[in-house]
Amino acid sequence: MSAHAEPMSRRAWLLNESPASRRQAAWGRRYRLWLDFRRNPLAMAGLCTLVTLGLLTLAAPVVGRYDPAAQDLAYRLAEPSWAHWFGTDELGRDVLARVLYGGRITLGMVVAVVLLVAPIGLVIGIVAGYFGGFADRVLMRVTDVFLAFPRLILALAFVAAIQPGITSAIAAIALTAWPPYARLARAETLTIRNTDFIAAVRLTGASPWRIILRHVAPLCLPSLIVRVTLDMSSIILTVAALGFLGMGARPPSPEWGAMIATARRFILTQWWVPLVPGLAIFVTSLAFNLLGDGLRDVLDPKQR
Amino acid sequence: MTTADMIDIRDLRVRFGTVEAVKGVSFAVARGASFGVVGESGSGKSTVLRALSGLNPAWTGHMEIAGQTLTRQRSRDFYRRVQMVFQDPYGSLHPRQTVDRALSEPLVVHGIGDIEARIVRGLAEVALPPTIRFRYPHQLSGGQRQRVAIARALMAEPEVLLLDEPTSALDVSVQAEVLNLLSDIQARRGLTYVMVSHNLAVVAHLCAMVGVMQGGEMVEMISADDLRAGRTKHPHTTELRTLSTELEEA
Amino acid sequence: MDVIIRNLRIAFPTPQGESLAVRDVSMHIGTEKLGIVGESGSGKSLTARSILRLLPHNARITADELSFDGIDIQRASERQMRAIRGRRAGLIMQDPKYSLNPVMTAGQQIAEAWRAHRPNGARASHREALQAAEDLLAQVQIRDPKRVAGAYPHELSGGMGQRVMIAMMLAPDPEVLIADEPTSALDATVQAEILRLLEDLVSRRGMALILISHDLPLVSHFCDRVAVMYAGRVVEELQAGELARATHPYTRGLLDCLPTLSHQKLRLPVLVRDPAWSA
Repeated sequence: MSAHAEPMSRRAWLLNESPASRRQAAWGRRYRLWLDFRRNPLAMAGLCTLVTLGLLTLAAPVVGRYDPAAQDLAYRLAEPSWAHWFGTDELGRDVLARVLYGGRITLGMVVAVVLLVAPIGLVIGIVAGYFGGFADRVLMRVTDVFLAFPRLILALAFVAAIQPGITSAIAAIALTAWPPYARLARAETLTIRNTDFIAAVRLTGASPWRIILRHVAPLCLPSLIVRVTLDMSSIILTVAALGFLGMGARPPSPEWGAMIATARRFILTQWWVPLVPGLAIFVTSLAFNLLGDGLRDVLDPKQR
Repeated sequence: MTTADMIDIRDLRVRFGTVEAVKGVSFAVARGASFGVVGESGSGKSTVLRALSGLNPAWTGHMEIAGQTLTRQRSRDFYRRVQMVFQDPYGSLHPRQTVDRALSEPLVVHGIGDIEARIVRGLAEVALPPTIRFRYPHQLSGGQRQRVAIARALMAEPEVLLLDEPTSALDVSVQAEVLNLLSDIQARRGLTYVMVSHNLAVVAHLCAMVGVMQGGEMVEMISADDLRAGRTKHPHTTELRTLSTELEEA
Repeated sequence: MDVIIRNLRIAFPTPQGESLAVRDVSMHIGTEKLGIVGESGSGKSLTARSILRLLPHNARITADELSFDGIDIQRASERQMRAIRGRRAGLIMQDPKYSLNPVMTAGQQIAEAWRAHRPNGARASHREALQAAEDLLAQVQIRDPKRVAGAYPHELSGGMGQRVMIAMMLAPDPEVLIADEPTSALDATVQAEILRLLEDLVSRRGMALILISHDLPLVSHFCDRVAVMYAGRVVEELQAGELARATHPYTRGLLDCLPTLSHQKLRLPVLVRDPAWSA
């Protein structure tokens, strides 16, 4: 019985309507969000899938069993078997090991893009929305210029201009991905900046930067997070497309898009070689989409 | 004006594009007194308050607070001296900040120390229980929120409180509590109030002098006593008074 | 036409179990002007809207009897309810800004209501319907019905918008008009006009009016009878003229705590809520 008392009291501490400290109030709010989120089975499925995928790619040396670069030309294009669960590719490399190690590269690139893009978009959008006038016009026209090009073509041009590789692919995708976030943050800011609670902060004499960072940005963040998770899939696809076109990760790096590109010759005969990385892209994108939908339901107050 | 005046406004004009929302309003408020501004929607009453508070910089004319002429850009010192309470207690508190955070913000901005004790005292002054300190606005009732908003305005110890329809979004029983609280605070701290409302009875209850606005002009300035006795001069004032008393007699 | 409510209960599910928003309310509404008064959360709107079965989807509603002119509302089909809503009972809401369609002119909206609910309306020509709309606008005392009929909601003032809303509700010639805080968003001068208009229309057409408001003096000024609600219960029912003789401490408290122009109160009496009122 006493073993049960401990988690129950922690739950009561979190759900307390009259928290006794800042920390308790903040954790209580997060816990309520988590309870809301947990009620959505699809979103939970998305989250579980992503956590599992993340753990698997981290545990690639253990789960993969093979070196992703080790060639075994005697076993070229072998069918799935006990020794090679997902078969081998045209150089006799284990497909499972390559997909797992490739996940590190693909997911790593996606995370890097998001970490670059979200803060840039957020700051540009909020600054444009909050100050308005000249700053707004300049920043939004720049945003429009970037939005005017198809994302993949702009990224391709950028990579080709520097030099193909993972770093320039990340930079290129980041360069093309920020404008929607800036637009979103600006739209949110426009509704927030005229509220009474922002007027009240202005009347304390707080500086514009303090208002932006401490009062406006936290309110733009939820919709931005949702947008990011929904965008993840398209970023994965762009990363894969750049890889496919030979502009991203260079062989022999096992990046998912590049793997499909090299294996497309065997799609009718040795279908498992392109199928497995394709499935990986599909499952990850879907999981991010489900997660994003769930987060939107929980975080967006307008949906309530 | 006399030197005792806390607020002196002369020929205030505010323009929105081509529309002149406030057409030359003048009034003065003595230190520790209350001045009420009454009018219907679009009369310009809230615009006067927002120009005075510094939220609306598009004004011309002359405004003074405690003998200092106001410019469009206000100093941090101004915001210590003048604070505002808004109409909608649901909209004037940040939805993701606890009461504690709302009350500590003015202290942090002005570099006032002793935050802990000041927040405890601030909550007590507006008769809120200390248990609500770490709650979020959505966990509070409308009346509690308005008390938090008043406590926040008092945090930096201002001399002037601008009240923009502070009770019109509240139930009548809560309105009575908030109006009593405002009178108590004024008596205790000697604050100067400027209150804007559409409700003549509410304004006359709190303010000894009332300015009636219509179409951007202050058409009459009348003492609350004269208003009660029906010694009105302008037809608009008479109309508003009649509407208000008609219902009371029913 | 009679609306009968006996022991109405409306509950909402919460994580802590059900919470009762309306508890055992009984009312009999004939062809009269009834005011339902209470503070926010007293259940006044829910009670009135239950007659039209227009409640939030998660509301659980039970009653010994809930009927509109003999029709059992709890068991009525959606089809039967549609015949009541709009046609036999109209609902006027607080803010015309939100209840009028922003991309249709006032005239078109009234004409549509008229077509949908009149027996021969569907066969009427476009011109006939628009003419009917203009007649209705004239009835709600709009001086220039032609201009207003051609105007979009954003071109109308609050009071004008509310008149359009009333004209729209009058189009099907209903037997009951439910007005949910119809004037709270309006200025005092306009408020009086709109209420006088409602009162006049209701008397002339022999309709019943259910006026929901938080403003006790206002409601008693315009209604025959007033029901005062507190925490989901009707605590007192009064003839409107007898407001001064109210006995329930809540009703008395509501009246006393208002600041007045006629006599000065240095300190407003505060309502002390007795838990027994909602027990």
